Amino acid sequence: MDKLLDVKNLHVSFDTYGGEVKAVRGVNFDLKKGETLAIVGESGSGKSVTTKALMQLIPKPPGRIKEGEILFEGRDLAKMNEKQMQKIRGKEISMIFQDPMTSLNPTMKVGNQIMEGLIKHQKMNKSQARKRVVELLDLVGIPDPENRMKQYPHQFSGGMRQRVVVAIALACNPKLLIADEPTTALDVTIQAQILELMKDIQKKTDSATIFITHDLGVVANVADRVAVMYAGKIVEIGTVDDIFYNPKHPYTWGLLGSMPSLDSADEELYAIPGSPPDLLDPPKGDAFAARNEYALQIDLEQEPPMFKVSDTHYAATWLLHEHAPDIEPPASIKKRMEGMANTSSESKGERV
Amino acid sequence: MTRYILQRLGYMIITMFLIATFTFFLMKFLPGTPLSAADKLSEEQQAVVLEKYGLNDPVPVQYFNYMVNLTQGDLGISFQFDNREVTTIILERIGPSMTLGFQAMVIGTILGMLLGLISAIYHNGFLDYGSTFIAVVGKSIPSFVFAGILQYFVGVKLGWFPVALWEGWEYTVLPTVALAIFPIAIAARFMRTEMLEVLGSDYITTARAKGVNKFGVVFKHGLRNALIPLITVLGPLAIGLMTGTLVIENIFAVPGIGEQFVKAINTNDFPIIMGTTLLIAFLFIFIILVIDLLYGVIDPRIRLAEGE
Repeated sequence: MDKLLDVKNLHVSFDTYGGEVKAVRGVNFDLKKGETLAIVGESGSGKSVTTKALMQLIPKPPGRIKEGEILFEGRDLAKMNEKQMQKIRGKEISMIFQDPMTSLNPTMKVGNQIMEGLIKHQKMNKSQARKRVVELLDLVGIPDPENRMKQYPHQFSGGMRQRVVVAIALACNPKLLIADEPTTALDVTIQAQILELMKDIQKKTDSATIFITHDLGVVANVADRVAVMYAGKIVEIGTVDDIFYNPKHPYTWGLLGSMPSLDSADEELYAIPGSPPDLLDPPKGDAFAARNEYALQIDLEQEPPMFKVSDTHYAATWLLHEHAPDIEPPASIKKRMEGMANTSSESKGERV
Repeated sequence: MTRYILQRLGYMIITMFLIATFTFFLMKFLPGTPLSAADKLSEEQQAVVLEKYGLNDPVPVQYFNYMVNLTQGDLGISFQFDNREVTTIILERIGPSMTLGFQAMVIGTILGMLLGLISAIYHNGFLDYGSTFIAVVGKSIPSFVFAGILQYFVGVKLGWFPVALWEGWEYTVLPTVALAIFPIAIAARFMRTEMLEVLGSDYITTARAKGVNKFGVVFKHGLRNALIPLITVLGPLAIGLMTGTLVIENIFAVPGIGEQFVKAINTNDFPIIMGTTLLIAFLFIFIILVIDLLYGVIDPRIRLAEGE
């Protein structure tokens, strides 16, 4: 059994005064040990909610896991109560948050914030924990750890704080690390440093990682596999090569097309028209249909199932159906596909 | 740190000097004389009495004399209380006021914070509505109404505690409770708002993601961050309560300083007015200093740089 995590038909909803907001609407994916999965998508596509639900960190109420299973080493996290979850959080699954300026407690010494998990989960005493904190700070590249651990977050720069956040997440050697846009709030040079650090650490610790981002450059850099989310669903999932060089879903085409590239100086930057649907009342059929220039009539009526493109590659679009017309992807995508001609295939998908 | 405190004490002396000066001249504008039966005394008799207390001198001379005495710690003698030392009278009177104020503050802060915490933890639940209701009632109904209710039901009907006077600890219970209602309401409201804000912040999610339980999240991570605004409002409130509240002291016949202060103003008892004003001013400035130091203890971001 090498599946570390298996998420099946996960639905997460928020009960608001306006009604039920269906933020995550049937997400399926799995993760092997040591693997890195990137989840990409626009703001509001349900990336963060999905991963917060894995740790049951969505505020309840108004949020709730409506249905589905989250099998972590065979145990269903969705059915665990708060007490049981407290033993999982920080120990088996930990999380790195987006904004290092606000995700550390301003009134607690950095060392104590890292130690907390060690004392709680690994039953260390203070001096053991202190030793481990020094090791961890060293691991994440903070110089002079003995003195730095006695300081408060405001005495650290943004990049250094994110290193502390990484150290907190790594403290108990988690089997799964969830990084929720860990580089979004940092400036570009620091982003690169933190990414290098995370890749480095992953090599050393061999923990599986879910990497949430809307930066496709980051995805290419860190991920083994990519899941593209739209309106609370995964619309396409595959290896990095599948997604970058043989994308099948029009939404993925849009995402890739809106990525600025250095060799196309004359073009205007492409943007997907329109905005994501209101999840208070999700549209019938394919949620992306309204913004999709390749939409078929059936997209407006019936939701597309997942079609299998290859053993690793699946996409939810009617374009892969055997009766669908042949549609050429946009020029920029075709250019990419030609670059990787060996992996592109003209074959139609097979329904799963 | 020591330098900072010394500097603050220096400012404190300047502030006290300014307050003394301002109050002195302001007081001289009060209508009437300190003589309670002026119309029964002849002109000569009045002159003799005024001469005795130095009230015939020009105001600047009086001011100069007062300030000279003040630097030697001499607050003068009271006009109305048999020529007794102002210091003695104030010390005698401040005791009951401080006791009541202090007890009310301690009870008010602890109960108020608890109510606020309960509200925040069970946000929008039954307990939240209950404690918010208590806070609204406590803030909107004046303390003398509570005083009356307490006296009638707890004092007279149930007979648990004495209704008035000042002859032992049990006499402090009802006035303390009546006084505590307001700080309870204030502390509860602030605690609730601040705690809710803190519980919604990112570092609380970080703490939860570490596996910290609810208790640890609220008390270890939340409380300290929620305290700053609370201290800011409670400090001045504490001074207000501890330096005597005229209404409550009158209702419960407590020989406190609030009641005496008002009486001194009505009778132009200048030395008592000055003495009490200076005492209240001193306590106020002192507590503000303490609060500023407390900020640093609670929040490292406000702490002074090392060695300063």
